[in-house]
Amino acid sequence: MPIENPDPTADQDYLKALMMEVATSRDKTSFEILFDRFGPRIKGMMEKSGASSDLAEDLVQDVMLTVWRKAALYRPDKGAVSTWIYTVARNARIDRLRRLPAQPYIDVETVMVASEDESPEAEAIGSQQGDLVRSALEKLPSEQRQVVEMAFAEYKPHSEIARDLDLPIGTVKSRLRLAYRKLREELEDLG
Amino acid sequence: MTVHHHLDDASIMRYASGDFDEAFAIVVASHIAMCDDCRAAVRAAEAMGGAVMEAADSSPLEADAFDRLSRMLDMEPEEPLLTPGPTAGKVPLPLSRLIGGDLDQVPWRTIVPGMQRHRIDIASSTSSLYMLKIAPGRKMPEHGHGGTEMTLILEGSYSDVFGQFAAGDIADLDEHVEHQPFVDSDIDCICLVATERPTRFKGMVSRILQPLIGI
Ligand SMILES: [Zn+2]
Ligand SMILES: [Zn+2]
Repeated sequence: MPIENPDPTADQDYLKALMMEVATSRDKTSFEILFDRFGPRIKGMMEKSGASSDLAEDLVQDVMLTVWRKAALYRPDKGAVSTWIYTVARNARIDRLRRLPAQPYIDVETVMVASEDESPEAEAIGSQQGDLVRSALEKLPSEQRQVVEMAFAEYKPHSEIARDLDLPIGTVKSRLRLAYRKLREELEDLG
Repeated sequence: MTVHHHLDDASIMRYASGDFDEAFAIVVASHIAMCDDCRAAVRAAEAMGGAVMEAADSSPLEADAFDRLSRMLDMEPEEPLLTPGPTAGKVPLPLSRLIGGDLDQVPWRTIVPGMQRHRIDIASSTSSLYMLKIAPGRKMPEHGHGGTEMTLILEGSYSDVFGQFAAGDIADLDEHVEHQPFVDSDIDCICLVATERPTRFKGMVSRILQPLIGI
């Protein structure tokens, strides 16, 4: 049975509920809502990273098929749906575009699922994240946000970001470090 | 496991955004399997990736995209998902896929007395990945790095200017670093190393050693 999204501020919970429907009931209606939400964004990211429209379309199919297959591995207590789908998309891209086996990355997914004990901080991140991470991202100084977006939304290697922005690699690294620490601070403030 | 030396934050971001080649990804993944802190850190960085994705520009999908996928789902056999148990023993899961679960079974080759190496071939990687097994009291030649070097300690320990590194610790070093690790455990120190470019050894003897060690 399709789930309604009654309250836009509860969007993260709504997405989690959809994922759970997919995992437990293999519900295609819920899956289609997730597909419509994330598919075009995944395609946009893949195209920005240099994939042709056809390849980007194929990658969306790969990613969403994996989401369907592995839905049971998603753990709502450990993070937002977008985080999980993001990792699936990252791995699919590594697999296809770089022709590298995504095995070490996939291992971590499963290692994370398999690990019983999580630090209290990690648990806090898992349950709080989503809207919070997004607002932390919006608060970043533009120069930090820029490198974060190039790294995550365009899948640019750090060396290429440095080249594109005509910056030393050390500056790119330190901006990414600062952005990351800012995020951790925001998450810890809440925890 | 108490871990004292962790991944650099820039490496956490690099891993989360998929920017490491396979050799480094395996070392990072192996450390993450052994380290709760870095596992949480990677998760936080991946959450950033998720937030970026939620805010990303959409590109419209082809009209029949979902129907195509839907037909594939109908053909999917429903198989139970296999999830591995938590990492057992000294060899973390991402590495045990490559070498098996037992450090004694590694086909070590002696390079110089007291120092053995096992190279792990990765066709798709521009970096090299290898394991070292170094006897107690042995000093590595003092060296700098031509690029990033990551060393994950699996057994035993060594010390250098950065402190002591024991099982689970990772030395995440960039190209500006020089050091001379020496094994201070009473058992062999076994580590997993990824290097970006050939490591440069200082001094005459070391320059002769380098082609022997090949790192
Ligand atoms: Zn760590
Ligand atoms: Zn070194």
